[in-house]
Amino acid sequence: MEWESVIGLEVHTQLLTKSKAFSGASTKYGAAPNTQACAVDIALPGVLPVFNKEAARMAVKFGLAIGAAINRRSVFARKNYFYPDLPKGYQISQYELPIVAKGRVTIDIDGQEKVVGITRAHLEEDAGKSLHEDFHGMSGIDLNRAGTPLLEIVSEPDLRSAKEAVAYLKKLHQLVVYLGICDGNMQEGSFRCDANVSVRRKGETKFGTRAEIKNVNSFRFVEKAIEYEIERQVELLEAGGKVVQETRLYDSDKNETRSMRGKEEAMDYRYFPDPDLPPLVIDEAFVRDVEKTMPELPDAKRARFIKDYGLSPYDASVLTASREMAQYYEETATASGQPKLAANWIASELSGYLNRENKDITQSPVTARMMTGLLKRIADNTISGKIAKDVLDAMWSGEGDADTVIAKQGLRQITDTGAIEKVVDEVIAKNPKQLEQYRAGKEALFGYFVGQVMKATGGKANPAQVNELLKKKLAG
Amino acid sequence: MIEKTVAELAKALRAREISSVELTQAFLDRISRYKALNAFITVDANRSLAQARAADARLAKGEAGPLTGVPIAQKDIFCADGWRTTCGSKILSNFIAPYDATTIEKFNAAGAVVLGKTNMDEFAMGSSNETSFYGPVQNPWDVESVPGGSSGGSAAAVAARLAPAATGTDTGGSIRQPAALTNLTGLKPSYGRVSRYGMIAFASSLDQGGPMTRTAEDAALLLNVMAGFDPRDSTSLERPVPDYAAALDADIRGLRVGLPREYFGEGLNAEVARVIEAAIGEYKKLGAQVVEVELPNSKLAVPCYYVLAPAEASSNLSRFDGVRYGYRAPEYDDLIDMYSKTRAEGFGAEVKRRIMIGTYALSAGYYDAYYLKAQKLRRLIADDFTRAFEKCDVILGPTSPTTAFKRGAKTDDPVAMYLSDIYTISVNLAGLPGMSIPAGFDIKGLPIGLQLIGKYFDEARLLNVAHRYQQVTDWHDRVPPGFD
Repeated sequence: MEWESVIGLEVHTQLLTKSKAFSGASTKYGAAPNTQACAVDIALPGVLPVFNKEAARMAVKFGLAIGAAINRRSVFARKNYFYPDLPKGYQISQYELPIVAKGRVTIDIDGQEKVVGITRAHLEEDAGKSLHEDFHGMSGIDLNRAGTPLLEIVSEPDLRSAKEAVAYLKKLHQLVVYLGICDGNMQEGSFRCDANVSVRRKGETKFGTRAEIKNVNSFRFVEKAIEYEIERQVELLEAGGKVVQETRLYDSDKNETRSMRGKEEAMDYRYFPDPDLPPLVIDEAFVRDVEKTMPELPDAKRARFIKDYGLSPYDASVLTASREMAQYYEETATASGQPKLAANWIASELSGYLNRENKDITQSPVTARMMTGLLKRIADNTISGKIAKDVLDAMWSGEGDADTVIAKQGLRQITDTGAIEKVVDEVIAKNPKQLEQYRAGKEALFGYFVGQVMKATGGKANPAQVNELLKKKLAG
Repeated sequence: MIEKTVAELAKALRAREISSVELTQAFLDRISRYKALNAFITVDANRSLAQARAADARLAKGEAGPLTGVPIAQKDIFCADGWRTTCGSKILSNFIAPYDATTIEKFNAAGAVVLGKTNMDEFAMGSSNETSFYGPVQNPWDVESVPGGSSGGSAAAVAARLAPAATGTDTGGSIRQPAALTNLTGLKPSYGRVSRYGMIAFASSLDQGGPMTRTAEDAALLLNVMAGFDPRDSTSLERPVPDYAAALDADIRGLRVGLPREYFGEGLNAEVARVIEAAIGEYKKLGAQVVEVELPNSKLAVPCYYVLAPAEASSNLSRFDGVRYGYRAPEYDDLIDMYSKTRAEGFGAEVKRRIMIGTYALSAGYYDAYYLKAQKLRRLIADDFTRAFEKCDVILGPTSPTTAFKRGAKTDDPVAMYLSDIYTISVNLAGLPGMSIPAGFDIKGLPIGLQLIGKYFDEARLLNVAHRYQQVTDWHDRVPPGFD
């Protein structure tokens, strides 16, 4: 029995506006509870919402980036339900007429491209937070988050595996960060994902009943949660059972999904257009204005790097992972005139340091300027690639730029052919046995001689010249 | 002093013939004396007198505006900083508003004095001021009768001369109908003319705040302060505010007065009909032309309203849940229990009735048949007026089908109560400005009001048309027996 899984994702991204979607309170993360909730956010009697147009700019930016139609007229609707962290007893959202219509995103699965449809994206406000620990038998409500603007991005049910789902999520994550509309911080809840998962027999066109897995807060957990859920549903159906449409939570400790107690059929939210807000009307000028502020998007940048700098697809991906990384690379590649060298050093060496210390490229103690300096010294043969690694290490530790480190440690490469020849002659003279063996056919000993020359020169001899001279001299 | 209109008081204050403190104290004394009317929910002499003293200081410096020092009663639906603001409900009985509604801010800036918070139907839902948690209000014209609602407290206060003027709010007639039942001039401005920020919401697309006064001139003075764009209210419009008192005396010769045939059919109370006919006669004498118009969808107004208003209210009242402010049930087992008990105990019967109706009308499977359909009917009703206004400048008719009825007469029959608003409701649905002015009395001596309906943002004309009538009649000067 062949099964196919069908996955659709709903992603809530917190938009990087300075103030809330419908009030002037700050959206900054981490403030003391209820210090960033004004009268409107607390839903005092008599208060009214006023829309923050910046949220619309960010939504339009996203819409343009996914090639979607921007609805020139969209409507705010009330989604009614009771919960202590929802002060008004309704959430201002968009229902029938969202701001962004159908679009698409392309993902890469093992070198294969797949287009994933996006059904819509709409604006809404976030709820507050309910905190259950620290309060005995009660819950604490923090309304700082209440009213923060969200863009809810709904994918078509085009994903067919947990792997595809994660690839889509990562692509979306990269896109919203690139656009500067979301900081993508999953731990802080800026980027939240709900997965709708169902299975059906291969070849079946009807959708199976789906379960919704809510609020999984890392790419890894999303993958595991979806994999678990697919297996759970298949096992259930093969045993003759039925999948219940319900909301489930993922337990990362036990690696399983569990039904949320008490949630049965779909809730009736009684959506209706919010009478306190006129329809959101967006004119041509607004859209064109936003278009002007669009950055080069990741796919376009990646293609350009491959073409203009001759990079491999892999390196291009790494170097365009973030705008800041791409900027770092371009600055270095251009200033040093060494795009391929820059690619190697930034994608491998520097990235190694960044990953180990969990740093972002913007936190790198080695600036683009400093990296350029290092690359220039490799390119002009002042130091070898091997020595350069040591220099980078010193630069990362704050010992100064490349020239400073090279001078301080006396690391200049020896390129004087005469000097190298002298050392080569000495080494050969000191190792007659090995010389005899080498000339007899033991070619592996070449490495031994290289090692001896390097040792004698403190590693500073230019490797290419060493090789050339040794080959000549050993041949006799 | 208490006999004077706002215009007269403002003049006397500026001429330093009286002080705001004296004036305010005089009204406070009268409020005490006529406590039985139950027109006020909250009176705070200290606060009011403090404002009066500040007003006197400004008057002394010659820095007075048209309303400086004038005490004005505020309907308890407007949040006023530091004042208990209950909206006529138990669920807000302990709520001290921490901010001023825009309307209150504007009156404060003008130097007016807040003369207490007036009684009202709970959450503005009612036509008789009998649903208030704080007890019913008596009509000064017959203390066993209702003053109308929901702005019954404001109406009784001004009619009994406990305040020279008051604010009310009008969602389906709640300024105009009580004005008609208590011999007052009440104006519901165009939707979007007066800010709703700080005015506790009943039905967001219908609510408007407005003045309740004894004369059109006073209404103009109050509207001058209340009107204007407010960036905190997304439904308020950026339109210039004219001086509404400037053109009150304008000639109305040639004015085309539209009479909707639907308002004058059979079923109209004979006494009301007589009074309206007489008023039409007065307008003709002033040079107006009368033309018959049609509002064919009138009969759909009440059912349409009683789907839309409760629907919006059911959502607007969700915030009263005992979590952040207001009443919370003292004992409960869990969250749902807390919500249920708080709202069951905190809300009165009429409010609960409308929340349930509204929830039903919005629920899955019923939304299209009720809410959506009602919105479409609303458009038809508004279009009727647009067409009628091609043939006339103002529309005239009765405000209320009856005069003041006895307390308890309609409380067993909600629908009979709803029909009290039959002439006023369509004006809210269309968003148009409407006024009620005194036009006569019935055989029992109870007031009868005349309704004037204007084009969108044509309040200046309405006030002019009302004022000209008040210049040739004196209904509006009459005082309820026992209150002079």
